[in-house]
Amino acid sequence: MPPSETPSAETPQGGAGQPQIVFDQVVKRFGDLTVLDHLDFSVEPGERVTLIGPSGSGKTTILRLLMTLEKVTEGRIDVAGEPFSHMRRGNHLVPASESYLRRRRRSIGMVFQQFNLFPNMTVRKNVIEAPVHVLGLSKGEANERAEELLDLVGLGDKIDAHPTQLSGGQQQRVAIARALAMRPDILLLDEVTSALDPELVAGVLDVLRQVAETTDITMLCVTHEMAFARDVSHRVLMFDKGQIAEEGPPEQIFEDPREDRTKSFLRSVLDNGF
Amino acid sequence: MIWDFEFTGRILPDLLGGLWVTVQLTVIGYLIALSLGLAVAVVRRVRVVGPIVHGVMEFIRTTPLLVQAVFVFALVPPEISAFTVGVVVLGVHYAAYTAEVYRSGIEGVAKGQWEAARALSLPVSRTWGAIVLPQAIRKVIPALGNYLIAMFKDTPLLFAITVVELLATAQRIGAAEFRYTETITLAGLLFLLVSIPSAILIRRLERRYAAV
Ligand SMILES: Nc1ncnc2c1ncn2[C@@H]1O[C@H](COP(=O)(O)OP(=O)(O)OP(=O)(O)O)[C@@H](O)[C@H]1O
Ligand SMILES: [Mg+2]
Repeated sequence: MPPSETPSAETPQGGAGQPQIVFDQVVKRFGDLTVLDHLDFSVEPGERVTLIGPSGSGKTTILRLLMTLEKVTEGRIDVAGEPFSHMRRGNHLVPASESYLRRRRRSIGMVFQQFNLFPNMTVRKNVIEAPVHVLGLSKGEANERAEELLDLVGLGDKIDAHPTQLSGGQQQRVAIARALAMRPDILLLDEVTSALDPELVAGVLDVLRQVAETTDITMLCVTHEMAFARDVSHRVLMFDKGQIAEEGPPEQIFEDPREDRTKSFLRSVLDNGF
Repeated sequence: MIWDFEFTGRILPDLLGGLWVTVQLTVIGYLIALSLGLAVAVVRRVRVVGPIVHGVMEFIRTTPLLVQAVFVFALVPPEISAFTVGVVVLGVHYAAYTAEVYRSGIEGVAKGQWEAARALSLPVSRTWGAIVLPQAIRKVIPALGNYLIAMFKDTPLLFAITVVELLATAQRIGAAEFRYTETITLAGLLFLLVSIPSAILIRRLERRYAAV
């Protein structure tokens, strides 16, 4: 760390034990609506965190802030010990510029509820696009990576198909492969099975279980799939009105919730048959 | 009045020459309209410059082609040919229309596509070039095709700045020979000879791309 650092630009100490993600008094407003209200939390490297909470509690907004699809209103986000929502200019922090964000967000991947595959490209092209044009891999290297990842998600035989020829579940597995092809340190998953027919959900969750078991990617996962959350995550954060209402290991949150808000939320999820 | 086949044969080469000018005006003008319109549609999304470009294009779109042609022809130095002025004015005029078509195509690309591109950190050039524009243009190909025919039908207006295309050629022959029946009929047939196949081709494109 440069000696000229002022306290305002201080970041967690480098080296082992430093959190991967830190939200520091993050406020996010859309007009008059305060979605995140002085939110503080951190995520360790390799940790898998599930975000739950009622609709409108700000779960998606948290992921979108990390993916730089939204900007913080107040407070700051650090990633890998470096300012993320902000950048250093001289001795203080200023809101991150577009080019700074472009560089920093490379270590983060996101899978969307609606897949968002590029329909004008084959599955292969979808997966190699960013490795070739962002990471600078050769076509050969990128193709190798794509084939490997598509095998991992069980779609090796669909590599030359177009997204429109695939089922929703298959499209979502391609989207997972596409995100992983960038070798992200952090993977953001926003209700990735919510848009799927029930019979296709299991296939996508199996792929994610496998990713969780075989990699040390930090995962932030918004989901209503409680069994999956229990199997995969180290920690569950229960959100309500832009703040963390309760957090703990999945067994505790699901079996022995302490907060009334958590209890009633879990009850409503079960009633709705998620 | 009866149809004079000998006269018809005599004037046909001149009329074909006129048709050739019409086709050149249309094709070159169309290429200008397609490329300039695309550039305008993209630049329109840039801050400050966008609204200015949009204002200029709105002005062009809402004033008559004929007035623009006469105005520009009067302004440019005489070394610049009427054909050049005509083709550029025609192309720029229609760029104002194609820009709107492209814009609707760009706006039709789902927000999720931009977000996915951003989540993959793709550079702006790839986001536009490989993702947004291919999807946008595909959707508007039929609408763009219709402007090809519209431009073809507007070329006679350039008569006003002495561009001698098909209709002007027919007028000249008619006036010189005092025979309008054959000349104008033939000119009309030649217009049809080009526009009907073009229309069929465009319908085909439309069906092909509308399906996707
Ligand atoms: N771009 C935006 N403009 C205005 N309001 C927004 C915008 N994005 C989100 N919001 C609002 O912010 C609030 C939080 O939204 P968010 O999507 O983060 O909730 P969520 O916890 O993901 O809910 P859900 O479970 O329904 O997905 C909602 O009230 C939403 O309407
Ligand atoms: Mg959400």
